[in-house]
Amino acid sequence: MKANIVARGISTLSRNFLTGSYPLRAVAAHRVWNWPSLFSSFSSSSSVHGELQTQPSSSTRPALLPAESVNTSAGARVRQSMSASETAGERTVRHAFGNVLAFFILLLIGVLAFSIRLFSVIKYESVIHEFDPYFNYRVTQFLTKNGIYDFWNWFDDRTWVLNSLNIPLSVETVCVFTAPTFSAFASWATYFLTKEVKGPGAGLAAAALLGMVPSYISRSVAGSYDNEAVAIFALIFTFYLYIKTLNTGSLFYATFNAISYFYMVCSWGGYTFIINLIPMHVLLCIVTGRYSSRLYIAYAPLVVLGTLLAALVPVVGFNAVMTSEHFASFLVFIIIHVVALVYYIKGILSPRMFKVAVTLVLSVGIAVCCAVIAILIAVVASSPTKGWSGRSLSLLDPTYASKYIPIIASVSEHQPPTWPSYFMDINVLAFLVPAGIIACFLPLSDASSFVVLYIVTSVYFSGVMVRLMLVLAPAACIMSGIALSEAFDTLTGSIKFQLLGYSSVNSQAAAGDASPDSTSAQSNALKPDKSEETAKERTSKKSKKKEKEREKEKEQVDQSSVQPRAGRRLQVLPLEASIIGVFLLILLGAFYVVHCVWAAAEAYSAPSIVLTSQTQDGGLHVFDDFREAYAWLRHNTEVDDKVASWWDYGYQTTAMANRTVIVDNNTWNNTHIATVGTAMSSPEKAAWEIFNSLDVKYVLVVFGGLVGYPSDDINKFLWMVRIGGGVFPHIKEPDYLRDGQYRIDSQATPTMLNSLMYKLSYYRFVETDGKGFDRVRRTEIGKKYFKLTHFDEVFTTHHWMVRIYKLRPPKNRIRGKAKKSKSVRNSLIISWSKAFPKFNAVSDRLNPAENEFSINLKKDCKDQEEPLAVKRFLRFYKLLSQGSEVGLVGYILLQAIFRKVIPYRDVGKISRILQYCDILVYISVFCSRRESRIIEFVGL
Amino acid sequence: MGQSRDSAQIEQQPYHFWIGPLKGPRPSFPLRFPLSLPVFHPPCPSNSKLCKKSSSVNARPTEEQSRAEHKAAGAESSPPIMRLLRLSLVLSSLALLSFLPASSSQDLQIVNAERRIDLSSHIIKVFLTLKVENTGTSPASEVLLAFPPTQADHLALLKAQAVIGKRKKKTYLPLDVNPAELPDGPNGTKYFSISLHNKLGAGEVATLEILYMLTHSLDPFPVEISQSESQLVYYRDSAVILSPYHIKQQTTFIKTPSSKIESFSMVEPTNRAGAELRYGPYENRSPYSYSPIIVHFENNNPFAVVEELVREVEISHWGSIQVTEQYKLAHAGARHKGVFSRVEYQSRPGSSGTSSFKHLLARLPPRVHSMYYRDEIGNISSSHLRLDSKKSELEIEPRYPLFGGWKATFVIGYGLLLEDFLFESPDGRRYLNFTFGCPLVETVVDKLTIKVVLPEGSLDPSVVVPFPVNQYLEKKYSYLDVVGRTVVVVEKENVVPEQSSPFQVYYHFSPIFMLAEPMMLTSVFFLLFVTCVAYLHIDLSIRK
Repeated sequence: MKANIVARGISTLSRNFLTGSYPLRAVAAHRVWNWPSLFSSFSSSSSVHGELQTQPSSSTRPALLPAESVNTSAGARVRQSMSASETAGERTVRHAFGNVLAFFILLLIGVLAFSIRLFSVIKYESVIHEFDPYFNYRVTQFLTKNGIYDFWNWFDDRTWVLNSLNIPLSVETVCVFTAPTFSAFASWATYFLTKEVKGPGAGLAAAALLGMVPSYISRSVAGSYDNEAVAIFALIFTFYLYIKTLNTGSLFYATFNAISYFYMVCSWGGYTFIINLIPMHVLLCIVTGRYSSRLYIAYAPLVVLGTLLAALVPVVGFNAVMTSEHFASFLVFIIIHVVALVYYIKGILSPRMFKVAVTLVLSVGIAVCCAVIAILIAVVASSPTKGWSGRSLSLLDPTYASKYIPIIASVSEHQPPTWPSYFMDINVLAFLVPAGIIACFLPLSDASSFVVLYIVTSVYFSGVMVRLMLVLAPAACIMSGIALSEAFDTLTGSIKFQLLGYSSVNSQAAAGDASPDSTSAQSNALKPDKSEETAKERTSKKSKKKEKEREKEKEQVDQSSVQPRAGRRLQVLPLEASIIGVFLLILLGAFYVVHCVWAAAEAYSAPSIVLTSQTQDGGLHVFDDFREAYAWLRHNTEVDDKVASWWDYGYQTTAMANRTVIVDNNTWNNTHIATVGTAMSSPEKAAWEIFNSLDVKYVLVVFGGLVGYPSDDINKFLWMVRIGGGVFPHIKEPDYLRDGQYRIDSQATPTMLNSLMYKLSYYRFVETDGKGFDRVRRTEIGKKYFKLTHFDEVFTTHHWMVRIYKLRPPKNRIRGKAKKSKSVRNSLIISWSKAFPKFNAVSDRLNPAENEFSINLKKDCKDQEEPLAVKRFLRFYKLLSQGSEVGLVGYILLQAIFRKVIPYRDVGKISRILQYCDILVYISVFCSRRESRIIEFVGL
Repeated sequence: MGQSRDSAQIEQQPYHFWIGPLKGPRPSFPLRFPLSLPVFHPPCPSNSKLCKKSSSVNARPTEEQSRAEHKAAGAESSPPIMRLLRLSLVLSSLALLSFLPASSSQDLQIVNAERRIDLSSHIIKVFLTLKVENTGTSPASEVLLAFPPTQADHLALLKAQAVIGKRKKKTYLPLDVNPAELPDGPNGTKYFSISLHNKLGAGEVATLEILYMLTHSLDPFPVEISQSESQLVYYRDSAVILSPYHIKQQTTFIKTPSSKIESFSMVEPTNRAGAELRYGPYENRSPYSYSPIIVHFENNNPFAVVEELVREVEISHWGSIQVTEQYKLAHAGARHKGVFSRVEYQSRPGSSGTSSFKHLLARLPPRVHSMYYRDEIGNISSSHLRLDSKKSELEIEPRYPLFGGWKATFVIGYGLLLEDFLFESPDGRRYLNFTFGCPLVETVVDKLTIKVVLPEGSLDPSVVVPFPVNQYLEKKYSYLDVVGRTVVVVEKENVVPEQSSPFQVYYHFSPIFMLAEPMMLTSVFFLLFVTCVAYLHIDLSIRK
């Protein structure tokens, strides 16, 4: 009865607090509370949770305990209460012991997660690995140097702190060890998330699994200073906070959830996964009748705060409210408010009145909703991509990228995965996941339904792109953790039952930790009401603690009521079967561990920048050609020289060689990548033109033919052709294929053999072995002896893996050949006409070789009635025939101006885009009459 | 001295650098100094076709020389009255100056001089044997060496020793060499004085052996070569030894790395035998005689120059010394021109890229451990370390072979045992005994900085270095430092491997400072736990 009084005190207290601070919540959920109906409110609120339906006795208040116990025999009651009181002291000790144990296990998991990723540092060296992370490295370097440590650049703050403690840590060291650190954090976050779903046992299992899941290791070995490593932690932690808020209804966690979401937005573009998954779950809860005030608290602040914060991130900005990726969250936001309103009205009106109101509101509301939705759809549908960004579209429609964006499709990690890659990346988890899903349904709670939703969506996404396997991995770990812990529970429980006998199992089950399923069920059962209370009281932490203690006491009293149920629910397996089952599970786990260690040590740790091979005497031969080339560039070229290479090596060149590159790993700049792709696929002379116009001094190609390094530029060449051809249509993929086959031997097409990439790769290659045998393609090369006319080999690394060429100075060319090659000219015309469709009309007729050129010209200019125009055109034409692109561009532009195809303003824009600003000078000189206006836009 | 000056001068080619100032008061050093009377620039030796080139190559003197020639010509054409007037002026100043205390070395003369110039690497080693006689009356305590300013700038090392006793019983006595200032050094001639241990009495003869090294004195010509060419360089010097004394007899031998000598100046008698050139013997050359010669020959030795080397020696009294050496390496030979073809470089190692180098050898102290070799973008895997009880040899390859003008940077780091290098001096101070200079073999260091990081809490550091250096103190903050570590910085320019002599850094240190950081950590953790305990036991809530 004492407990009753306490509970009353709390409830009144909470009401006092709540009326002031959370009116909506108080009204929606607790307005109906008064003392006599306290019990009913508890049972009604807890009936929202599935767990309690199966175990109604555990939801009873201590007040009902005597009545319940009366039903049992008096002797049994005495025995039970005695055992309960006996175990009470022991139990707190056990409880504390369990916590300490869990803490140390978590610590060990963290150490494991960190250290399993150090293979790369131990086997190789502490260096940043992949091509991408060098960008991040540079950004970090820049930020630390300039002291602009933004709030969203977490590490820099940390390094500053360390510096003030006089611990010299280079930025690089911090970068190398960032990913392992965060994977330790991620495994802890997984523990908390799974604990919220299925109790600490499952949490520990899931954390251990996540700590070494190969899929995540592949992205977070030491040295892979990549966004994903951090983002997975942020993802899991955001989900944890969401579930935590959902379970507790605490606004405190809801705020943190928004902040964590913001962190995720900063770290990775994959945040859209969160902002779509959570609304989906909310919608699911609403539809299945699981709406509660906790759901509201969990969701509404996240949308409002989260979107506001996300809009602060420069990359996202207004996209946070404009693009369709975020649209779902706003829709659900509206829905949840409607639902909340309905619940509120339902609470204050009598049932009859409520029905009337419902009909009234429904008729009006549906009309309004329809209108709003229609407008929204119209707005969205008016944009070409339906408001979805290309990346998201390629997710929703797996064929989208290969159709429209070859650049996205060209990245190997954007390909759909194969079955072996599932086995490689999540291994046995793939088999445990279904079991975990089943376990989540027994019983289904808000939290477990969320996890189920998470796994289902992530399985779909991982099927679209290999890269998103990373999102699947945590979900798979959580599910498998749940499955494993459930299985162990059942098996060890039955072993214990068989060995120790019924009664002792009972008492132990009552004692708590030994059988986690009852405790987890209890904690789940108790959590909602407990936390509601604690959330309602805005008291200090200390009093919460006391409250918890009080509740522990309550729990202990509860145990006695749970006991009969525990006995009833034990599904006992035969001893042998359960021992074998445990053994097999351990075997499975061992297999997983072995696989993970192998994957970490062998498959994912090799830094792509250094390659090794075994020598015959067992030593290690190191191929350090990339760094050799970068070091050479760094020390032996001018600081402002530009280097052109395929975009994979862009960031690396920038970071290691400290030289400007034309294209880098930034996928946005499609045209530039296409330009480089075009140059690489063009003949030497045309390529020289393009590179020269881009102010490139050096061209870097990666060539693996001598040592058999398969991911070289020749193997990537088809993608260059495709991407180049996507923007400049004169590059056609079939030209490079013989009967649909990509080959470089004597059967290869002339276009292929004359392309710059082929020439730069195989220049003087035949002199190495006399035959020119390519060890990657396993064939002799097609064209063996040739000379370069526009490029000079300036450096080739020891194993020929990187070859650097310098563009010859232009004067040789002009002196030698006055005429510009026709193919280049035509290609330029075609490319520009592609880029600016309005030119089509002009350039179709533009064929300077035509005899009636001048006739055309006069005809063109007649309507302008400007006799001077002919002269001007001829000037440009003269330039054009001398091989100057300026002449060509000027010609086209002038013609366009006079024929009023394009307005003046666009001339400036176009020529600036084409990087032919000098055209403007020409034009302004030539068009005397319109000079002033042209100068106007030159000034723009 | 003055008696034979005119005749001597007209006969011989004068040291052409000093034909400069003709106006104003004469330099105040009259007697052992040939007066700069206007004379014709003597005609080139008939057989020396390089004479003209030599004067044009010497950029700095050329201007002065032409000006001087101009003036000389003007003076020559000036009326004899002027000449007389000038002569009288000079004489009067001589008369004035004769009252000044005479220099102790005025009466020295060199009986026999032999010079051997070794051009086989890019560090030029010159061995000079002088037999000095005191012809005056008062005992002389120092002997002066003169260098033209171009050589003096590139002079890395100068050592002298006296030879005592005759054959078979020769002993060598190292002598102090100090830069000396003579106010009237003709055209920036730099002097070094060798202080003799025993004063050279009148009529006595002493034999001195002098070794000096010149760096950056081989000028590649052609300045740019392609991969298949070999490297040709010029060496410029004088056939006769520049000296403030009269030299009775002298010979110069020049040794080139191979017999491939493109051309060389003839100053009769000149003799060539294989890889050796002999100039001389020349008899009775007056002070400051100079006859420029130029030798054009092939030198494919690696011109490895460390442009900047920072060696950081960090002492930890917990038992180790950590050395970090940051190199900026360059190939200072003829610049590489045009393409670099790997296939040629690999298939024809003998003829392609002969002047390039890809290996370097570093001699490290014995018992070196935890060696690393890396640069700013990571580890460089091409190095081999050979350890034995006397020394450690580290063979390193830069990431790429270095051709002329190419550069590379790298860092070598290693740990050493404390007891091998740190000692306690009798007065209670501790001192570090460490090697000065660059561990790389056959390299020149343009700028060497040695930083000795003393442990935190060290006091009164002082440095003992056998040659003049720049030094100052710095502070460095490392792991958990509070007051910072004292860093002794020693700087020297133009260092050659022969200067790898030990130097010492003395300082006071009390071992209690070793415990500072462990104590700090312990107390921080202690406080942390105390705070935790306190926090858990304090109830600040208002409601009870």
